[in-house]
Amino acid sequence: MRRLDRRGRIGLVLLVVVAAGALLAPVVAPVDPEAQRDVVATRFLPPLTSDGFGVFHALGTDRLGRDVWSRLVYGSRVSLAVGALAMVISLVIGIGVGAAAAAGPRALGTVLLGATDFALGLPRVVLLLLLAALWQPSAVLVVVVLGVTGWMPVARLVHAEVRAQLVRPYVEAATALGGSRIRVLARHALPNAMAPVVALATLGVGNAITLEAGLSFLGLGVQPPAASWGTMIASGRDTVVNAPWVGLAPGIALVLVVVGCTLVADAVQERGNGS
Amino acid sequence: MVRRILTGTGRGVAVVLGVVTLTFLLLHLAPGDPVQRLIGPGAGAEELAAGRRALGLDRPLHEQYLAWLGQAVRGDFGPSIAQGRPASRILGEAWPATALLVVTSILLSWLAGIIVGVLQANTRRRGLDASVSAVTVALNAMPGYWLGLALVMGFTYWLGWLPAFGASGLDAEFLSGGAAVADRLRHLALPLATLTLIGFGANARFTRAAMLELRHAPFLVSARARGLEERRVVVRHQLRSALVPIVTLLGLSLPAIFSGAVFVEAIFAWPGVGQVLVQAVQARDYPVVMAAATISAVLVVAGNLVAEFLVSVVDPRVRDATA
Repeated sequence: MRRLDRRGRIGLVLLVVVAAGALLAPVVAPVDPEAQRDVVATRFLPPLTSDGFGVFHALGTDRLGRDVWSRLVYGSRVSLAVGALAMVISLVIGIGVGAAAAAGPRALGTVLLGATDFALGLPRVVLLLLLAALWQPSAVLVVVVLGVTGWMPVARLVHAEVRAQLVRPYVEAATALGGSRIRVLARHALPNAMAPVVALATLGVGNAITLEAGLSFLGLGVQPPAASWGTMIASGRDTVVNAPWVGLAPGIALVLVVVGCTLVADAVQERGNGS
Repeated sequence: MVRRILTGTGRGVAVVLGVVTLTFLLLHLAPGDPVQRLIGPGAGAEELAAGRRALGLDRPLHEQYLAWLGQAVRGDFGPSIAQGRPASRILGEAWPATALLVVTSILLSWLAGIIVGVLQANTRRRGLDASVSAVTVALNAMPGYWLGLALVMGFTYWLGWLPAFGASGLDAEFLSGGAAVADRLRHLALPLATLTLIGFGANARFTRAAMLELRHAPFLVSARARGLEERRVVVRHQLRSALVPIVTLLGLSLPAIFSGAVFVEAIFAWPGVGQVLVQAVQARDYPVVMAAATISAVLVVAGNLVAEFLVSVVDPRVRDATA
């Protein structure tokens, strides 16, 4: 594994820190994210204060007296999981369609590429809103919807990259040695086409996280009382005057994760160009 | 050129038809019965059947679809369930607000993005380049609904300069001339700034990359060797070539810009298509959802056609290949 440049390393560290926080949530955030004690006495406590029960709130509390830091950490589980799983679905569909279009018969390629272009033209948020609103909103639905509406750029990129690889001499050599079309594709052409796909997928994770938070923000994603960055921003909207930290904290976390994804994607892309 | 526009239009019509068909199918596949919703939980079986017959919901799906399509083509999307008014009138009132917001923001964000990206790519001060990049990466990463919230926090509550929501003040009807325009502009400021800043981040990044890619291109070396002034080399040669991928990206990013507008409209209560769509979806107002989905698809497709046309203006290879 060749090394990423400095920006890429910064991005990777950002993502690893957030992911570790999500995995170790009970250790990092010992306060129950849904705990409400005396709502009137503990609500809207500013950051870095302790409530009457002696519980310390690093990022203060929200309108129900819940610990914002804990909700942030537990919310990161939802955001990261939804973003990553949605991207896995997009990758599976996108790589399948792209590779089939590049290596399969001409007619199949034309049909698949046409379908991809068509799907690219659909307004994604409109579809997301419809699906999320018509079925019962849930994290699973959001993952599926984000996954099946995000594969088109992957398919296009895989198609272009695999096509470029298939005319290289090493592919000819592998074919001459008796490798079947499928084997040459899976063992040689696809792995060599992966660098830009990795970059695109990293960006896509950031994108999916933002959209998930957006749907939750509109009340069509993860449902309360479960913590999610989108629902936290939505509740911060009503308290922007007297408790700005409720909405600011999840937004900053979201921006950090997406910036991390962007930096890693840039670095992977650049590394691919340099080689 | 004409052929290009015709095939583009054909593809656009196909996309709009696809969106409409998909929306129609989804609405009818989804659990939940609009008649049940209209009459209420106490509805008896006979009432439900009568309601379905009245709305034509007892007919086969393809007949309903064709009937809806036939009316929609003539601009009739049926009455809104929630408001009783024709859905087409609700959308007719909403789309100019969205168009104003989206078009202005595209113009501003591309203008600023291209200027900043070009300057970044050609500056020798690497520190400046890096810090501007940090800003554009962060802006690019910000979700519109959150940036909007942060701007409202700053400009409405802390500074008290700008209104936080709506397209005009409560007293707008009593204002005249300059005061009315100023009122509209003050209301436009924050939603426009939100949408523009986000687009600006992405555009500056893309322009910078496109310019840097051409940095060592032979035609630039030869232009410099002929003794052309540096500014002329950058603007007339480097930027001119970089514009091709930039304008292509503009077309591809239109659905995303429209998506951003949906959230920004929701935050600022901007009376546009996005706002109508979100409210209709939440109220299960099917005719309005269908109309809003159709209008948004038409807006995106129309924008794509404009972008495709611009690509052929910018890129002589495309222009001449299809002339």
